[in-house]
Formats: sequence, structure tokens, C-alpha cells
Amino acid sequence: MTKQIAIAGNEGSRVRSDCRIELEILKSGGIQFQLKSKVKALYGDKIQALVFDMLDYFGIQNARIDLVDAGALDYILAARVEAAIKQLIDTDKEYLPEFLPENQYTTTKDRFRFTRLYLPGNTPSMMLNAGLHSPDGVILDLEDSVAPARKEEARYMVRNTLRALSFYGAERMVRINQGDMGIEDLQFIIPHNVNLILIPKCETAAYIHKLEKAIDALKPEHPVYLMPIIESALGVENAYEIASSSENVVSLAIGLEDYTADLGTQRTREGKESEWARYRLVNAAKAARIQPIDSVFSDVEDEEGLRNTVMVSKQMGFEGLGCIHPRQIAVIQDCFKPTETEIDKACKIADAFHKAEERGLGVVALGSKMIDPPVVKRAIKTIDLAMKFNLISKDWRKDYVN
Amino acid sequence: MVPESINGEKQIPYKGVGKHRPEGRKYAPPIATCADYPESGDKRVASLKEALVKSGLKDGMTISTHHHFRNGDLIANQIFDIASELGVKDLRWFPSASFPCHEPMIKHLESGVINRIEGSMNGALGRFASEGNMKGVGVLRSHGGRYQAVQDGEVHIDIAVIAAPAADAFGNANGVHGDAACGLLGFALADSQFADRVIVATDNIVPFPCIPWQIHGNYVDYTVEVDKIGIPEKIISGTTRITKSPDRLRIAELTAEFCDQAGIIQDGFSFQSGAGGTSLAVGEFFANKLRERKIKARFVRAGSNKYLVKMLEEGLTDYILDGQTFDLEGVRSMRDYPNHVNTSPFTSYNYHGKGNFASMLDVVILGATEVDVNFNANVVTHSDGYLLHGIGGWQNCLFGKTVVLPLPLFRDRIPVIVDEVTTITGPGELIDVIITERGIAINPKRTDLIEKLKASDLPIVSIEDLKAEADKICGIPKKPEFTDKVIAVIKWVDGTVIDSVREVKK
Repeated sequence: MTKQIAIAGNEGSRVRSDCRIELEILKSGGIQFQLKSKVKALYGDKIQALVFDMLDYFGIQNARIDLVDAGALDYILAARVEAAIKQLIDTDKEYLPEFLPENQYTTTKDRFRFTRLYLPGNTPSMMLNAGLHSPDGVILDLEDSVAPARKEEARYMVRNTLRALSFYGAERMVRINQGDMGIEDLQFIIPHNVNLILIPKCETAAYIHKLEKAIDALKPEHPVYLMPIIESALGVENAYEIASSSENVVSLAIGLEDYTADLGTQRTREGKESEWARYRLVNAAKAARIQPIDSVFSDVEDEEGLRNTVMVSKQMGFEGLGCIHPRQIAVIQDCFKPTETEIDKACKIADAFHKAEERGLGVVALGSKMIDPPVVKRAIKTIDLAMKFNLISKDWRKDYVN
Repeated sequence: MVPESINGEKQIPYKGVGKHRPEGRKYAPPIATCADYPESGDKRVASLKEALVKSGLKDGMTISTHHHFRNGDLIANQIFDIASELGVKDLRWFPSASFPCHEPMIKHLESGVINRIEGSMNGALGRFASEGNMKGVGVLRSHGGRYQAVQDGEVHIDIAVIAAPAADAFGNANGVHGDAACGLLGFALADSQFADRVIVATDNIVPFPCIPWQIHGNYVDYTVEVDKIGIPEKIISGTTRITKSPDRLRIAELTAEFCDQAGIIQDGFSFQSGAGGTSLAVGEFFANKLRERKIKARFVRAGSNKYLVKMLEEGLTDYILDGQTFDLEGVRSMRDYPNHVNTSPFTSYNYHGKGNFASMLDVVILGATEVDVNFNANVVTHSDGYLLHGIGGWQNCLFGKTVVLPLPLFRDRIPVIVDEVTTITGPGELIDVIITERGIAINPKRTDLIEKLKASDLPIVSIEDLKAEADKICGIPKKPEFTDKVIAVIKWVDGTVIDSVREVKK
């Protein structure tokens, strides 16, 4: 390689929990290590030990390293150092942080996905506490929130984050890049137990098939679910085909910024311009028996606006929204909570259903009224939802008096 | 462990909460006579320098200032510039707190004009002292402890300089009027009552009487008119703002929820919460709960700010008992509303009095840099051993009925929960609850709280678990290294020495 000096990471007065490394491989002179860190007195030795261990692992004996650290945790430091090293040497070796046992869970196809929190994949400080805000999913984003020049280093950051940062039970999601770059992203995430992949600007079922082939080649230990994001006119036209392209497609999301741009119009708060696309997407998803997911609400200060948008979205049939700020999570969840009247009604129906079942009756009746199976199904879903939000207890039927 | 003597004065080591019994009578300043003061009431002299000279400024004296002007103070530096000009040495600066604007004091500490600071030392001053550069040993006291030290005669103030946003020629002064309005002047109360000489400096002289007279002219020797006593935008923060950090908001929300489930938020309850972003958010979440339930607090003790003023105006609290005003809304409210009351360290915090307000609070929300597994907390030094903060009213507030510390589990990789704090500022027996984004720990001594929260859905864990989680995420930090040289001591509220701070090894 001709490149001699590599740089990775970030520094600056507003940068926290991150670091910037400058690495130069030398011909002789051993390792010259310079550390500037506000935690130097407490962690300087540990940081140096980590860097030296990594250099040793990659067989680098002579180098100059300038590290400016702003309290980066080990897996963050390691991601930056590896990103720098790999700019200078060709190797298949990976320096992987310990995989937290609590991160090794799987999710199910039909779990709720009301809220999924987007986090820029190259900004570690924003990821640290993401899971604590209890979104249904945490998305580490490799696509739009990462500058083109930083794509490569973001991959190491996302990989290390998937392994070493607790997600506190949130579904572990990554938004990959578009097209072939997205396929290259897979090797950084599939071996590290990503639960779900968001596929940006998805327009065809063929791409899903191509992606799935690449995923299979990496032999994931658990199912990897897919959430294609429809962000173009063509994508909307092909919505059903995409939704039904694979068993692993669990949701269909819509991205309205790009969609309205593709239409050559502006996104408005009322959203008239995207109404048809949204209805189309809901219908396509429901026809394929998967979850339709709405776009993000971009004004993080406007809680009331968000609430109104979610209520409209819910009424249209959407089953979740993207979040760009943790404070949006509780608001969205609150909107998707079943109301007391809905729960009461659902309990009555479900109770009647269980009673009929216990008596071996094929027909469910409430008083003199017959209840259709889809109504029963909806009631049971409402009750599941109520349980998720702790609105009724799991053994609610124990002391249920109708 | 703590030094028995510092700066040539014998010290009493900390004995435990409420264990030290003071003896004797309070200190009293010399008896004055009206014969020495102008019958016209006009005590003006031409300059601060003249006032200091007339007050007998000489080597070894103690000069006090207050910190109501925070980072906009223009007076304290001038005093020591004048002392330097006059060739005076070995002064003790006794501020109620210091700020970054006081960095120029370093040259006076280096040249020997100032021997030591007894008051908070932050930023550059903290670094200077922590690296062993201060001649004398620093003493850090709480706001209440400062009043106690003056009242008990532990600290004899030779000259008090009270910068005032408004004053008359007689020396009556207040903080509510003028360009430098800061709300009140409570931190200067002890100085006015007990100093040998008292100088009031103002850039806003009004004809007698200056009403309200938060400082009584009857204590004052000289008044001085200056061009400008402070920088308004640095005195009053225009930006006391609730945190936008989702993580801090989560901590604040958990705090409010905890207090609610513990049964603390009731009609007629009282609380104190600081002016930091997280504390403000806790206050706001409290306010939401009061509003929802159509109840109100009886009083809020505060550094007042626009959020509390809103609560007062909305009828969510009957009173604000204000110790220092943080923003212009606070100043306006203090000026306009009789139920926004100015208080002082004497009424709120002094431990050597016949009670104080702090112990009557139902809940106080405080910060800390570190807490150990026995709930002892540190507010004065950073984990790397450097002096970082003053004590403020923190120690005094520990006497509130329930003391809650909302804290992030780690800051910039540095765990907040540790085995042993770098400097003990407050004993764990007075600290009840630690609330972090990753879990809540209740002091095992508070069996009542543990019982009340038994069935709670809040993430209640042991403090050991919190520490283990922090260590797992951050890695165990190395301990900072110190030399044997004591650079400052930490006083407890009763004047005993609870801990000392040593020089950081470079």
C-alpha cells in the first residue's frame, strides 16, 4: 500500500466517548505512542495496553500513534484503531471485542415494532444509552447519517457496538447502505447477531433475493429479519412484491423524505402528497401479513405534532414509526397503547372465546351475538398489547368477572 | 487521618453526625458608636482603595466577598489588585465561592499577596491549589458552614466587601434593583454582621432609603460608588434551561417517579432542587405531577429560576424560599412577589442555630462527582484528584428528610459509583437514594423507602450492582496518586474536619 498515514475517529470540544487516532507505520524505531485524554490519569495505562495489544495482533512493530481521547470505552477505541490500521495494511484478521452474553438473543417475526430508534453508526456517544430508552428496536445506521468518507470506519464501530454494548433487550437492527455497498456491509454485522436489517431505497424483490443469498453465505446462527424501506415511486409500485419476497421480510417501512423528492414535490406536515403511497404500503404489507411502518417525524421539539401524526398513522393501519430522538419513543408508544374501552371490549370477547373453547364450542357468542373469528383475533391482539404496556396482568382471566 | 492543625490553627476532627457539641458564646464584632459615623448618614468615600485603606488593610488580614455575582464579579479581583499595589501581603481571601473570573487571583497567590483561599476553588484556581502551589492550606466550607465559622469566631473577617446592585449612601443594600441585579445578598449576611469593617460597593446609588434593605446599613462602615460592579449577563444566566439530553431527562423522570411512588409528592410537601439541567428537569416533572393531581407544594427552597417562578405564578407552590437567584425571571419574581422570599445561610443552613430550614424539606435533589458503596459522597474533587467544585449548600441539604442524588452512572468513562470516594464531603448515613439511568439504589438504612417501593416497577437494585455495572462498562480506573502534602481541608457543617485533599502527583 502507498498510503502511510491513517486517520480515524473524531475529536473536538463537543466530541464525547470517542477518540481520534493518527497512525503512521514506520520502518524502524518501535512504537511511539502519544496519548491526550481527559481520563489519562485513570485509564491512560489501560488505553496504552489496548493499543499495543492491537498493534501486536496486526503485526505492527514500528509505528507512530497520536491518540486524542474523549473518554472512549475500549470497544470504541478498538474500532477506531482497527479502522486506522486497515487503511494501511491488508489483512483478513479482525480484532473483536468480547461478545456480551446478554446480546445473544433472537427476536420473533411478529414482535411489536412500534418504535425503532435511529442512531448514526459513527457517533458512539449517542449509542451508549440507546437501549435504556426502551425502544422496540435500536438501529445502528450505516447509510444516510454517515458521511461518505466515514463509511468504512463506521462499519468497525457498528460491528464492535453490536458485540460489546448492551442493547437492553431492544431488537438489534442495522440500516445498511444501498445497493452493493449494503451487501458489503453484511460481513460486519451478520456474524455479530444482528436481528433485523433495514434495507434503504428498496425497489425490487430481486434485490431482497440477492441480499438474502449474501446473508446465507455468511451462515447466520439465527434468523435475520428484513425491513425494506420504500423510498421511491418504483418502490411503491412494487410494494407487495417486495413485502412478499421472503419469509424473513417482517415489516415494510416508508421513507417520505426521499419519496417526495422522487415525486419532485415537498414533504408537508399534512402529508397529502404521500397519502396514496402510504395507503398503498399499508395495504401491500397487510396483504403479505407483515407490519407496515411509517416514516419518521422530524421535528423533535414538537411533541403535540408527533402525537397527532401518530394517531393519524395508527388509524391508517401503520404499526409503528421511526424515531430520531429518544424522547419520541414514549410518545409513540403511548399512542399505540390500547385505550381502556378497547381493553374492556377485548377482554369481554376474549373471555367469551376462551369460555367457548373450554366448553368445546365451535362458535363464540357474547350474549345473543355471534362473534366472528377476525374479531376474536383482534381482541386477542389488543390484550397482548395491553400486556406489553402493563395495562393488564398476564393472568387477567383469573379474577375476570364479566 | 485529617490534620490536627492547619495554617497554625487547631482543628477538631469529624466526630459523626450531630456528635460535636459547640461550647461558649458566639463571636461578636467590636462595639461601634454613632459618634464615629456621619449624622447625615452619608458614608461615601471616593474609591474602593480609600475604603480599604480607611478600613486598615494590612498584612495577614482576612478579606471576605460574596458570590451573588457569580462569574460576572468585578470587585473581588480589584480588592487584591489594590492590596498588591499597596504592598500588602499574606491575606486570606474568604469568598462565599469563587468562579472562573477569579483566575487573576493566581498572580496574587504566586506573589504572596494572598496566602490562601478559604472558599471554593474551581477551574484554574483548583488546579493551582491541587498542584501544591498555594502557600497556605485551603479550607472548603458549605454555605451553612461558612455562616457557622463566622458566627462561632472560627473565621474572623477583618474587612468585608459587599458588592451590591443597589445601595444608599448609608449602606442599606439589595440585589433586586440595578443593572447588576442578582436577586438577593444572603451570602453576605454573616459578613455584614460579624466583620470588623464592612464596605458596600455599588454602581447604583439611590437616595436613602434603599428598599428592601437586604443588607442593613447599620452594619456598614463605608460606601463606595464604582462605575460597574458586575457584568450582568455573567451574573444572571440567561440560559437556565432544562436539559435536552435524553439520558439526563430519563434520570430526572426516574427521580420524579421514585419520589412519587415513595409517597413524597403530596399536597403541602416541600422540595429543593438545584439549577443544573437535570435538577431543573426534576422540578419540572414534579410540577407536572402537582398540576395533574391539582395539588401544590407549600414551599420550594431554591436557587430560583424561571421554571420555579412559573410554578409560583401557576399556584403550584405557596412560597419560594430563595437562597440565590439564577435568572432574570427569578429576580423579577423576588422583586414583585411577597411570597418569593429571600433567605440566607443563617435561616436555611446554619448548623449552630436553633434549627434551620434545610432539615424541614421533604426531599432534596443533589448532585455529586462520586458516591461510594456506603453512600458517602464527594462533591469537591474530580476522580483524578483535582479540586473541582465548592460544597455550596450541599452538605447542609443532606439534613432534608429524603436526600436523592440523580447521577449518570459514568461520565466520560469515569464511574460515579466507586469503592471509596476520593474526598468525603458528606457521610453516607445522610444520603438515601442514588438514581442513575441504569438503576436506582436505596440506602439499606432507609427500610421505610425499601418497603414502600417493594412492588415498584422501577429498576431498583443494590448499590453494589450499580458499581459492578459501571465497572463492567468502563473498566476499573486507576486511583489518582497524591503526595503527602495537604492542600485543603473539607469542613463538616459543625466546623469539624471531615476530610483533607492532598497535592496531586504530577
